[in-house]
Amino acid sequence: MSHASTYEPKTAVTRWLDSRLPIIRFAADFMVFPTPRNLNYIWTFGAILTFFLVMQIITGVIVAMHYTPNTALAFDSIEKMMRDVNYGWLMRYTHMVGASLFFLAAYIHLFRGLYYGSYKAPREVLWMIGVAILIVMIATAFMGYSLVWGQMSFWAVTVITNLFSSFDSIIPGLGTAIVQWIWGGFAVDNATLNRLFSLHYLLPFVIVALVALHIWALHVPGSNNPAGIEVRNQEKETLPFHPYFTTKDALAMVVFAMLFAYLVFYVPNYLGDAVNYVPANQLVTPPHIVPEWYFLPFYAILRAIPSKLGGVLLMFSALVVLFFVPWLDTSRVKSTTYRPIYRWFFLALVIDVLALGYLGAIPPEGNAVIAARLFTLYYFAHFLVVMPIVGLIETPRPMPSTISETFTHKAKDSGQDIRAVPAE
Amino acid sequence: MATTYDSDQGDVSRRDFIYIAATAFAAIGAAAALWPAIDQMNPDASALSLASTEVDLSPVGVGQAITVLWRGKPIFIRHRTPEEIKAAQDVAVADLKDPHAEVMGAPSNLPATDANRTKPGKESWLIAIGICTHLGCIPKGQAPGDDRGIYGGWFCPCHGSVYDTSGRIRQGPAPRNLEIPPYDFTTDTKIKIG
Repeated sequence: MSHASTYEPKTAVTRWLDSRLPIIRFAADFMVFPTPRNLNYIWTFGAILTFFLVMQIITGVIVAMHYTPNTALAFDSIEKMMRDVNYGWLMRYTHMVGASLFFLAAYIHLFRGLYYGSYKAPREVLWMIGVAILIVMIATAFMGYSLVWGQMSFWAVTVITNLFSSFDSIIPGLGTAIVQWIWGGFAVDNATLNRLFSLHYLLPFVIVALVALHIWALHVPGSNNPAGIEVRNQEKETLPFHPYFTTKDALAMVVFAMLFAYLVFYVPNYLGDAVNYVPANQLVTPPHIVPEWYFLPFYAILRAIPSKLGGVLLMFSALVVLFFVPWLDTSRVKSTTYRPIYRWFFLALVIDVLALGYLGAIPPEGNAVIAARLFTLYYFAHFLVVMPIVGLIETPRPMPSTISETFTHKAKDSGQDIRAVPAE
Repeated sequence: MATTYDSDQGDVSRRDFIYIAATAFAAIGAAAALWPAIDQMNPDASALSLASTEVDLSPVGVGQAITVLWRGKPIFIRHRTPEEIKAAQDVAVADLKDPHAEVMGAPSNLPATDANRTKPGKESWLIAIGICTHLGCIPKGQAPGDDRGIYGGWFCPCHGSVYDTSGRIRQGPAPRNLEIPPYDFTTDTKIKIG
């Protein structure tokens, strides 16, 4: 959505700078970007995610000052940070709980995009960059968790890096070669820990770059909105991002920060696993390996499949399938609000992912395995079968013709002053 | 790339050749520079040099088991009872999920008989890498009181793989038998692994 620059430099210095590097103009125009007036509070998660990314980087740089990436010292250096370093406990718990809430916000953001069809034309690239951010976030969080070098860290790294050994069933020796290359040895050891630390420090900046692309791609068509129809009259249907949406986002952020503060200050370990407070031991596998809660649905898919390579491929496919969502959904209507059949399937998908999350946390025995297979089947069927078919057979509900209809009282809406403005 | 017609040389000019040659050299050079950046992650000289471990087996009684480390990996050493040896020898290779012996350094199609997975005359000793071939957990079955699974060998608690008394996969998601490391008896009661 293009909009004319409204910035006017007021001093001699800013005029001088504006003709050399129009950086203030860029920031000023960026902040007043026209944003649909009808956005609801679910749209505040983009700003919440930006806040968490910045905070994870700041706390991450700080905890890295007190951390030692060495198998003999890593666990102790964190315990020392918790006990001896001034506010070390705060920095570490903020970083640890922050990762969890970062994922919570990302999943809400992702499901919002799915519900309101934010992946549909002309926002396909915006959506795909978002999926790429999620994948890099998963890698980053996994590596960060491993650095603690507790029992769950160590065995999570062992199990997940061993996923690549499944390539041995395609070309014998290939998987083993890849795994030893990742490890830098014949087992998960000091070389592995060092490279995980190096990459864990690098990847957040890759996320920053991807977020810049994500926002750039957002600013080409502009935000989607709950009605799922495009802006036709910029003046009537949009407001500048600042101060209108910065204020709204700030309110949502305060509410979300209350949850965050409660977790950090009262139950910092609630979302974690107690076993990770046992130092890593390469000779004893914990009786029950579980990842952090935000990976559980993917872990359930991995364990549901009896074939090693099949489970690995399906787990990665659960993410990769998201890239194709813009083309799998055949509906002409963006917002699920106007889709009477699809909205039930959307509810089914939410329940399905929650159920997979539950099944990923319990031991894979008996009925739990069968249930995990059924829910895995639905997960993929939702994207590969339901999305293409429902879009074709469904008759959408009557839709407003413009965004302004959705927020103008019907009684006042004479149909003249609001609707009659033709698109430019 | 624009091709200028040259009356002496036709469509291919000297400049085209220089473009292609320079680009090709740059590509080869970039690839050559990339390799050290990739190869540095492979196991280093010190990891490769931790090649062998010597173990004295004399304190391990019949029915007992010990675990030692070799190349950072746990090695299961079990002094098997006559019943366990018989149970392992009586299995037909055709009944196994993985019919290959999985002995490091031996031909990959060696059948997974118990004889191929032990040393001649030393059938009471089973020496295997104690890493589940599924996703790398350490199976239970070394300590007294551990769940050894229904085949009396090892049981991996992570995803439920069951190994027999010869360390062969019998049930569960693991694709291969427990690997047998290279080892030799240096004396009657001592082995050198690696």
